[in-house]
Amino acid sequence: MNDAMGMPQTAVVVGGTSDIARAVLRSLVARRLRRIVLVGRDEIGLAAVAKELQVLGPIEVDTMTFDVTDMDRLGTVVADSSARLGQVDLVLVAAGILGDQSSDESDPEAVARVLTTNFTGTAAVMTAFAAVLRSQGHGRMIVLSSVAGVRVRRANYVYGASKAGLDGFALGMAEALRGSGASLMIVRPGWVATGMTEGLDPAPFATTPQAVAADVVAGMERSTPVVWSPGPLRLVFAVMRLLPAALWRRLPG
Amino acid sequence: MTADGVAARHTPGVRRSLTGWGRTAPSACDVSEVHTAEDLDTVLAGATHSKRSVVARGLGRSYGDAAQCAGGVVIDMTGLDTVLEADLDTGVVRMGAGTSLDALMRAFVPRGWFVPVTPGTRHVTVGGAIAADIHGKNHHRDGSFCSYVTRLSLATPSGRVEVSPQSDPDLFWATAGGMGLTGIVVDATVQMVRIETATMRVDTERAQNLDDCLTRMTEHDGDYRYSVAWIDCLARGAKMGRAVLTRADHARLEDLPPARRADALCFNPVVGAQVPITPPSGLVNPVTVAAFNELWFRKAPRSRTGELQSMATYFHPLDGVGSWNRMYGARGFVQYQFVVPFGAEEALRAVLTRLSQRRMASFVTVLKRFGPADPGPLSFPIEGWTLAFDLPVGPLSTGPLLDALDEIVAGAGGRVYLAKDSRLRPELLEAMYPRLAEWRATRQRIDPAGVFASDLSRRLDLVSTPRTGRASRPSRARASAKTKTKAKEVATP
Repeated sequence: MNDAMGMPQTAVVVGGTSDIARAVLRSLVARRLRRIVLVGRDEIGLAAVAKELQVLGPIEVDTMTFDVTDMDRLGTVVADSSARLGQVDLVLVAAGILGDQSSDESDPEAVARVLTTNFTGTAAVMTAFAAVLRSQGHGRMIVLSSVAGVRVRRANYVYGASKAGLDGFALGMAEALRGSGASLMIVRPGWVATGMTEGLDPAPFATTPQAVAADVVAGMERSTPVVWSPGPLRLVFAVMRLLPAALWRRLPG
Repeated sequence: MTADGVAARHTPGVRRSLTGWGRTAPSACDVSEVHTAEDLDTVLAGATHSKRSVVARGLGRSYGDAAQCAGGVVIDMTGLDTVLEADLDTGVVRMGAGTSLDALMRAFVPRGWFVPVTPGTRHVTVGGAIAADIHGKNHHRDGSFCSYVTRLSLATPSGRVEVSPQSDPDLFWATAGGMGLTGIVVDATVQMVRIETATMRVDTERAQNLDDCLTRMTEHDGDYRYSVAWIDCLARGAKMGRAVLTRADHARLEDLPPARRADALCFNPVVGAQVPITPPSGLVNPVTVAAFNELWFRKAPRSRTGELQSMATYFHPLDGVGSWNRMYGARGFVQYQFVVPFGAEEALRAVLTRLSQRRMASFVTVLKRFGPADPGPLSFPIEGWTLAFDLPVGPLSTGPLLDALDEIVAGAGGRVYLAKDSRLRPELLEAMYPRLAEWRATRQRIDPAGVFASDLSRRLDLVSTPRTGRASRPSRARASAKTKTKAKEVATP
């Protein structure tokens, strides 16, 4: 059960090898988190994360191999992971791929792959877990969106559009969950130094997984519906959203 | 309405999101209102049959998650509010478990009988008072509520049982403070206490610091039936723990001015104001609380004896403001109450030091001495010092601070109050309640299938035996079909 500070005792993480998810889990294990199911494609990577978490204390970590685009196994994975935990206090949705904008934009299959993973598959996973939370009458879903989806840029419009879609879907689902006992929090990080962005040039307001995790945990304690990380991006994008296209186009990055 | 319609009304239907009085950690459940004992049996049987978890709820004054059951059935007991029998010569009253202490006072104070124990609010039910084995300002002298319960009727999955401290002491005392997890109290018989007037004779004095306060309480609490100290939680240094002591007895008839003696038992408290909206969180902060505390301390007389106050003013000042819990804003608040044994005054001092140094702003911080414990294995009061305070949820230091206080309390042989808890680390439960296994055994006998559960019981693993460092299992899932993508699976940039 989540406690008065919004701290969970159990969690399912979809995209269990995500650097941001790992940092969030480390912070939560230091509070109340004791049982975790890590779901992801990379079996070896999941095992490594499980091992890294178990060093932190007497916690149980299970792993399940699953690709969010695998609709055939979705039902089984959701039912199985929920059953292992009994009560699902937290569903952390962190699955996602960045793709490679410069080659993807002329490759229809690559575009479909990014959108199917980041939007279609993830939205299906969210829908399945929302039903679990609704039926148990409590629990929180956290969805990793991105500022890239707030106003999609030319420089990464494939990834940006996938996150724009996901963000809109999550906002709608958060409203739909009101009164159900369950809740949904959206996280919009800026440029984060992770395995995903390795080798890329940092954007302004670049941050780290640890800093994002701190913002996420603070958002959980305060029941914040949308967490921007770092916080000032909320204001930056309030302005960015309104810039005329001619100006927006000239921005670096 | 057809017979089917009546049955339908009592099958769980209304999905509602509930919280405790602290307005934190909401969860949704099906709320069933019951109006007769038979309704209750029907709902309980239905839920048991469909393997759903059940917990009873009274007036929702537990601060945390004791009276909610996510995804299960919550039985609203406030319809069982009938006084069933009353002997005005002996003060023995039998009433439905949903009867509030407010209703009992309104009915029986004019007849010269007062409830044996009252907490800081009248708006609790008798069932809730038993489930939390509540205490009042007279604990140092009179003990807790269940010491005055002579018999209760308990609805269990296998049917109704009549329980008294003599007939089945294990079950009776497991129910006292058992947080509603040993069965649902349907009705109870309570021994009321005789009073001559509805007025309190109150002595007030100030203590300049914690030592002064503890000394005054230790030396003179025994002279009074009721005693409590309000503490300025923000005062530091030499003033740390400065307090206003208010101690009282029921006024005798001759204490009243002659003009008031004719109507000495009149009891008619009114709710003055209502907090109309929920203000933004953050209104209760170190600045506003420091200002309030300074005012409150200075407003109190250095010493005043024999002041006549109404019962409502002395016992239930917060009942004068409707929905006062909204003051902490939408994020809600946590009430932390613990007790440490006499001799562990250093633990008490350590807690107060941390509160004042960290500028943790609590509106109401209350210190009291508990007398000897009753036999309930989960009953909160043990002989010693108990301190209670409220903290708003939101400031990020609140959670870790309270975790640190838990360690101090458990280390000193103390415990926190489950009726107020909403965030204890489950690992500490057994250290705080060493007779937990005994309680679990009795519970297991009454409810082997585990029908009774609450968000509290799940959060603290109260009912099941705790998992002891079970090793993680290897991945059981088969590898999914290989995908062709080359991109790494990672989070958002």
